[in-house]
Amino acid sequence: MDYGKYLNNTIQNVKPSGIRRFFDIVNEMDDVISLSIGEPDFRTPWHVRKAGIESLENGKTWYTPNRGFKTLCQEISIFANKKYDLDYDPDTEVIVTVGGSEALDIAIRCLVNPGDEVLVHQPSFVCYEPLANMCGASAVVIDTKEENDFRIQPHELEAAITDKSKLLILSYPNNPTGAVMRKEDLEALRDIIIKHDLIVISDEIYSELTYSGSHVSIATLPGMRERTVVINGFSKAFAMTGWRLGYAMGPKEIISMMIKLHQYCIMSAPTTAQYAAIEALRNGDKDIEHMRNEYDMRRRFVVGSFNEMGLHCFEPHGAFYCFPCIKSTGLSSEEFCTRLLKSKGVAIVPGDAFGNCGEGFVRVSYSYSLKHLTEAIGRIKEFLEEL
Amino acid sequence: MDKLLKLLSENSSYSVKELALLVGDSEDNVKAKISAYEQQGIIKGYRAAVNWEKIKDAGVTAYIELKVTPAKDKGFDEIAEKIMAFDEVASLYLMAGTYDLAVIVKAETIQDVSSFVTRKLSALDGVLATATHFILKRYKDEGLILSDIPDDERCMQF
Repeated sequence: MDYGKYLNNTIQNVKPSGIRRFFDIVNEMDDVISLSIGEPDFRTPWHVRKAGIESLENGKTWYTPNRGFKTLCQEISIFANKKYDLDYDPDTEVIVTVGGSEALDIAIRCLVNPGDEVLVHQPSFVCYEPLANMCGASAVVIDTKEENDFRIQPHELEAAITDKSKLLILSYPNNPTGAVMRKEDLEALRDIIIKHDLIVISDEIYSELTYSGSHVSIATLPGMRERTVVINGFSKAFAMTGWRLGYAMGPKEIISMMIKLHQYCIMSAPTTAQYAAIEALRNGDKDIEHMRNEYDMRRRFVVGSFNEMGLHCFEPHGAFYCFPCIKSTGLSSEEFCTRLLKSKGVAIVPGDAFGNCGEGFVRVSYSYSLKHLTEAIGRIKEFLEEL
Repeated sequence: MDKLLKLLSENSSYSVKELALLVGDSEDNVKAKISAYEQQGIIKGYRAAVNWEKIKDAGVTAYIELKVTPAKDKGFDEIAEKIMAFDEVASLYLMAGTYDLAVIVKAETIQDVSSFVTRKLSALDGVLATATHFILKRYKDEGLILSDIPDDERCMQF
């Protein structure tokens, strides 16, 4: 049967993830030590798991309201205010979603029309461009550079804007570089965003994992709240990836449209996870601090070790990745990763998986125990010495 | 808690260079701190965390509760000093609660423990009563879970 004629053309034309191909090789090998995973190695804090368990014991197994439990929306609103000085009405401006991923998907679908251009900075998380393409929009890539700390420069944004530009997706703290945008960097973009009447989706999923200074949301800048959808979630801050719970906050006109879409395609986010999330927001500050301190220690260790080995490593200020430059080896990112994998059994991700401008870099996740990191770094050192 | 001590108590084989990166301090400062800790007796030594569960002839461990009469003026210290002098005694703690001293004894066989308790420990002046418990299996020791670590269950999403 020729399935091609049945399958949706747009989806067929979306290119598959570049990381997948590399990891097909990884999966066939034994004794691989990986530094490639993009989720916390911590388990969800016990009191949070217990809140989920208790909700099940009490038979709380029904759907929740489409937008999420009222209590949860309230707690999200309080948390966002306390941490980032954001101000959203829990009754009309918050939606609870199936992970930050769903929030991203429905926000993009609610905001773009076929033919629109979506501005995406790279290197970045791999979903933005495909999600825009699936709406019939095209992505216009802004290459960020190491010499600019992987921050978008105002002239780079200006140069990427055309009369079709509609939406800018911001992704800081950034996966894979660990870059952050400080308040002054965001301010420098604001006037351009407003001048060109762009709307912004700000994916702040790693906001709690900021190691120096504190996270600033672009929605707090004057004139930006009305044109920004902030996306966040529980996966990274509370080590709750498997619970699949995220949220979006924004003007009620956009959020209500997202709720309509969410109602038709999802109905409501997982109930058990919502009970656990209420507990996480109310009593999870210490857990966040503990995990952040651990990541921070590993961050210094990994970044210091790469610099020591002679692979220059940009200092990441957020998330749990570092992005060393491998150009000095004369290898391409893919060659470097493939040879490292085959000779030393260490799996890391080629930088070009996160956009063409990631070529010459590799992504190393430090979401692993120190013991694991020490072993992996030792093997990478041997690999470099034998090159 | 002091970060350096915490790291060394988890893994004493870190190099000074590694420790400096982990705590975010210079190598010289780390080196100086470690030798100060050693001199002050805060760091008492460096050793491997052995999982004796995997060793066939690792011997037996007993946990002994001891009731004693404290010596006049000297309290429990006098008898504690006598008890800790025995090679069989691995750990000794003064306790609050229904007994006074907890003695952890390591020996080759149950008979050895028995002879230690009856001939050496009970024979001491001031020992009123003993209750000996034998450890059957270790699950976790000094913060280390002794069963084999399960594989990383996380999987690549993209």
